[in-house]
Amino acid sequence: MTTLRMTEDHEWIRIDAAGIGTVGITQFAQEQLGDIVFVELPAVGRQLAQGEDAAVIESVKAAAECKSPVSGTVTEANGALADEPGKINQDPMGAGWFFKLRLDDPKQLERLLDEAAYQAKTAK
Amino acid sequence: MVPFAGYEMPVQYAAGILAEHRHTRTHASLFDVSHMGQARLPLAAAAALEALVPVDVLGLAAGRQRYAFFTNEAGGILDDLMFSHAGDYYFVVVNAARKVHDFMLLAKHCGAEVLADRALLALQGPLAARVMAGLSPATGALAFMQTAALAIGGAACFVSRSGYTGEDGFEISVPAGEAERLAKLLLAQPGVAPAGLGARDSLRLEAGLCLYGHDIDASTTPVEAGIEWAIQKVRRRGGARAGGFPGADVILPQLEHGTARRRAGVLPEGRAPLREGETLLDAVGRSVGRLTSGGFGATVNAPVAMGYVESPLARPGTGLTAMVRGRPRACRVAALPFVPHRYYREKTP
Repeated sequence: MTTLRMTEDHEWIRIDAAGIGTVGITQFAQEQLGDIVFVELPAVGRQLAQGEDAAVIESVKAAAECKSPVSGTVTEANGALADEPGKINQDPMGAGWFFKLRLDDPKQLERLLDEAAYQAKTAK
Repeated sequence: MVPFAGYEMPVQYAAGILAEHRHTRTHASLFDVSHMGQARLPLAAAAALEALVPVDVLGLAAGRQRYAFFTNEAGGILDDLMFSHAGDYYFVVVNAARKVHDFMLLAKHCGAEVLADRALLALQGPLAARVMAGLSPATGALAFMQTAALAIGGAACFVSRSGYTGEDGFEISVPAGEAERLAKLLLAQPGVAPAGLGARDSLRLEAGLCLYGHDIDASTTPVEAGIEWAIQKVRRRGGARAGGFPGADVILPQLEHGTARRRAGVLPEGRAPLREGETLLDAVGRSVGRLTSGGFGATVNAPVAMGYVESPLARPGTGLTAMVRGRPRACRVAALPFVPHRYYREKTP
């Protein structure tokens, strides 16, 4: 059983059975940014607060931040993005994931949007 | 679509900026640049135009085009433009964001007639010549910066072999009512795809070409900007029509003695682009310049930037530091352009 939640800032977090969260940016966000050419990911072991800037995204149009949807400790970063940042454009919810973290407080997820609520916010 | 100088413009089409950029360098791309201002001036206005720009207007032969810039009394640049001798008149193209200023200036001094009913299409890339030859064989006789009035797909066009990408290509002024049909005709040719403003910007940056309002403006002189090649000998000291343009007493001495700062290419280490406005520091942390354009060069496959640097530091290879979000990024001054221009030059006999 996995849980998927979104933020109003266009990040997603998927919680696996072991309670580890995988974070990335949404399809809407990658469309807005256009071709992504660089991403700077948080170091493994870094403590992130909910809403803290966790990663920097540079696209052909702009620079943007990916905030951590919840507080936690980074357990893994997606090193494949260094050579192929385009994976974020091609598969933002899959191979384009940014980092994984161990959640400090799973209750923080309750303040995030579920997929339907997020889609309703970004649909125009 | 985004607003740009009062126009709704596509930043990119479905392929995206990187793909559109690369397609332009390998095939040919069609850009709709109808937002740019077009006007015609009587030939009798040549001397009046020379009073506004430090460029040889009177010496321009029919069928040829030149790059120029309007200057102010301080030697700053009010806009850059292209003008061509169309046989019976001068044809002028100016930047969209400066149209009002430029047209008022040209109407006052040169009797300009604004061509509001014409669109402008740019076909750019190594396949452009073949595509154009298929629609109008006479385009094959044009070399870089040459122009001709030609029928293309039945539309009465004014064509110049020039562009803003560093590639061979054409800019086509076409009656607005026939622009959509001509655009569709060009897009139907093998190897042609549409490209938007995003690719146009990254292509011109790789080609080391200035964007008005960013790399050049009223606070930069042509010599600081490194575009003094556009000032012909006849308008320089010792020339038959030396001076006689706004800011000549600033620009002419700069041509001989240089300037305190120069526009230069900047290449950062790593993959993250540098951006306009970022400060450049020397080895001891002193502010020595500022970036005016920055982005990702899809053909060099690395971030590229340009900006103004103190002249002694503007030599290629100089190591500098750019401050990005408060953190230092190592970079070095690089020669412009970042990719060689591939214009179709006239053969010298």
